[in-house]
Amino acid sequence: MRLPRRQHSVLPGFGLTLGFAVVYLSLVALIPMCALFLRARGLGWAGFWSTVTEPRVLAACRLSFGAAFIGATLNAVFGFIVAWTLVRYRFFGRRFIDALIDLPFALPTAVSGIALTTIYAPNGWIGRALVPLGIKAVFTPLGVVIALTFIGLPFVVRTLQPALEDLEADVEEAAASLGASRPQTFRRVIFPAIVPSLLTGFALAFARALGEYGSVVFISGNLPGKTEIAPLLIVTQLEQYDYAGATAIAVLLLVISFAMLLVINALQRWSGRRHLRGM
Amino acid sequence: MSLRPATAEPRWVRTLLLAITMLFLAAFLVTPLVAVFTEALRKGVGAYFAGFNDPAVRSAIKLTLLTAGIAVPVNVVFGLAAAWSVAKFEFPGKSLLTTLIDLPLAVSPVVSGLIYVLVFGLNGWLGPWLKAHHLQVIFAVPGIVLATVFVTLPFVARELIPLMQEQGTEDEESALTLGASGWQTFWRVTLPNIRWALLYGVILCNARAMGEFGAVSVVSGHIRGKTNTVPLQVEILYNEYNFVAAFAVASLLAMLALVTLAAKSFIEWRMTSAPASPAVPGDPT
Amino acid sequence: MWYRQGMKNWRSLVIVGAAVLCAADAAVPAARAADGVTLLNVSYDPTRELYREYNDAFAAHWKQETGQVLTIDQSHGGSGKQARAVIDGLQADVVTLALAYDIDAIARNSKLLPADWQTRLPNNSAPYTSTIVFLVRKGNPKGIRDWGDLLKPGVEVITPNPKTSGGARWNYLAAWAWALKHELGDLKKLDDPRQAAAVAAAQDKAKAFVGELFKRVPVLDSGARGSTNTFVQRGIGDVLLAWENEAFLAVNELGPDKVDIIVPSISILAEPTVAVVDANVDAHGTRKVAEAYLQWLYSPTGQQLAAKHFYRPVDTKSVDPADLKRFPALELVTIDKVFGGWKNAQKTHFDDGGVFDAIYAK
Repeated sequence: MRLPRRQHSVLPGFGLTLGFAVVYLSLVALIPMCALFLRARGLGWAGFWSTVTEPRVLAACRLSFGAAFIGATLNAVFGFIVAWTLVRYRFFGRRFIDALIDLPFALPTAVSGIALTTIYAPNGWIGRALVPLGIKAVFTPLGVVIALTFIGLPFVVRTLQPALEDLEADVEEAAASLGASRPQTFRRVIFPAIVPSLLTGFALAFARALGEYGSVVFISGNLPGKTEIAPLLIVTQLEQYDYAGATAIAVLLLVISFAMLLVINALQRWSGRRHLRGM
Repeated sequence: MSLRPATAEPRWVRTLLLAITMLFLAAFLVTPLVAVFTEALRKGVGAYFAGFNDPAVRSAIKLTLLTAGIAVPVNVVFGLAAAWSVAKFEFPGKSLLTTLIDLPLAVSPVVSGLIYVLVFGLNGWLGPWLKAHHLQVIFAVPGIVLATVFVTLPFVARELIPLMQEQGTEDEESALTLGASGWQTFWRVTLPNIRWALLYGVILCNARAMGEFGAVSVVSGHIRGKTNTVPLQVEILYNEYNFVAAFAVASLLAMLALVTLAAKSFIEWRMTSAPASPAVPGDPT
Repeated sequence: MWYRQGMKNWRSLVIVGAAVLCAADAAVPAARAADGVTLLNVSYDPTRELYREYNDAFAAHWKQETGQVLTIDQSHGGSGKQARAVIDGLQADVVTLALAYDIDAIARNSKLLPADWQTRLPNNSAPYTSTIVFLVRKGNPKGIRDWGDLLKPGVEVITPNPKTSGGARWNYLAAWAWALKHELGDLKKLDDPRQAAAVAAAQDKAKAFVGELFKRVPVLDSGARGSTNTFVQRGIGDVLLAWENEAFLAVNELGPDKVDIIVPSISILAEPTVAVVDANVDAHGTRKVAEAYLQWLYSPTGQQLAAKHFYRPVDTKSVDPADLKRFPALELVTIDKVFGGWKNAQKTHFDDGGVFDAIYAK
């Protein structure tokens, strides 16, 4: 239970800390981003529009969105199961696995890319098993999905874990004592309580996957229109000295990132409120 | 936490869920990790350590340590300042500020690098001025540090803000009422309250700072022995057909990751099993 | 109370952080070595081994000549990426890139060197040449002998992306040249106005051939090294279109038991070019050593080293005949003759909206 904070706090340091935070944020992040928008403005609306609606750019965006969405969905499903087993069950090696969840954070994306490609290539450990099934993993959109699932996993698990830990036992007990079966309790009591966190985790994984570069370039195959992701297209445009084209796509990605963040923030506020109401 | 029979799943469900967890994590987390070490040790321990004898690798390690050594403390100071202002006060534009703090998390690493090229590059805003003063930002250490600072900016703040919001201002207010100064309150009340979350943020921030690839790749210039960080060096070794060395250096990063993850787990365990410690995060007082 | 101690640690952490910051600030301006002289050579992907050895040799030579200690820094990457970095301010003293077009781009976009840079060194500023050959699986199971065989059913071709890789542009143009020759019988017809109709028809055929070829490409890596790794390490594809030197190197490094080199009937004369970046050497005061560095590439030692690393030397007299014998004889066409120079080739084929984009438009 929390009381609404007073408008005028007696605590000191507001000006100092806010001032520092805003100046720092502006210098490191906001002003450089303005440079991006200014450079893109040179294109004009018509130029911007014709760049971002080119078939190749559209195809890259479709792939980035599609693969990020599938990756985040996979993570929502499996991440939920992982978080559930980690929070609810006690088994040998639980702490180890719990620590391992953050691996995609800690492992440099280039290393992840090389390692995943090594494993899923037709002569790799898992890729070899997929060949008889007629499944090609690396250098196909499936490879992109694999990389994006890998990097998004910690986001879902780490947002779900606290939510699951905070679920009050007595609510579930009450549901059980009122005659609810376990699946009913799950559907009516547990699931609604964690939906906001699940959505937040999903959105975080999705946002991260949209912009991912390092791990994807090794595994994707980079075929224009087929396995070329949007961030790679920016690099490609730069290497052709097409700064305008690169900045146009970068602006598009940046605006989408920002929109995603607003959604995530709204979700987090919602989950905070839900959380309170649950108590 | 003990299991509650009335609210536990049937045994077969638990087994199934456990099996799914294990399989999923094995396919996605464990195999890449094992692959890194297997490839690194493919030609034996001698070849593995020979990989680190390269002066280029050594200088990459130094550069990575320097970069993280700057980016992490700077972002700790920022994270503390941002969290203090956001969590303890109400002001208009607060939610915009928190959103902006998260922005680097969602921005593509490639875009993060690009914005610095547009500002500090020869054809960028400050390019001509920097050239006139013989200063080099992009394709030199400052550019790499800046890109890393940008990419790791949210990590500390993100850990602190929700916790400090949850903790409210009562502790600080009572300290102030008892006559403590602002700094004293911060050092003796706030900091002990948030130390674990802060440490968690530092660990994540550090891991990302040492591992960042995309953004640093755009601003590095890849000068052997000068502007290559460890992740970039991995790519270079890989491209030189030096697979054992590439994976050996990669395994160094993987080990670092494992060690920090283990440290984090140990701290969390200490935290939950030491009830005497004052104001554990999540403690609703 | 133990958290008091913790508090002290925090304070020291902040102090250490501040100290590190100051130290780093102080360290930054000392980017260039104080005594002796430093050169930065910005190069493309497959020259790593060549310049590693050449740099040592030249540093020794320079020490002997002038007594000055020379350090040469290397940067490698896709040719276009490297040119872009120089345009954006990478402090290259010399550039040694995959094709003239990328150095032209530096001249055009940044004015760091004059537009006529290519006339300043012999042989169009190309101290060594190369060409494009095929790398196939051991024993050539798909029976690939020439460009036409690449369209056999079930053949997968590996090449990097011509948009980003210099080598891949040579690949693409070599395939195109073969198709023209195949249709016309004699490439001299290209210059004959009376044959215009036949040439136009042949150009259409060539476009169709190259289009079909790229439909057989499952992976487009961004650089030549990426493609070699895909082909050899990942075991993907039946034939790799590669720089001749890259193909030799792959056989040497990765084992002759895995792959064979196939030399097609006709290929393109690839001229990797080198240039001093005027504005940068003048700012660093390194013009003399930079110019000597590039000129020495044409010396007997430079040519021998080029040949040793599987580049075709331009001065064959000074090179061991045994090394020369490794280079197979084949018909080599030039980009000027078949495509009217790099600018035309780039505009028609590789710029946005060009022929290459049309291949992937559908």
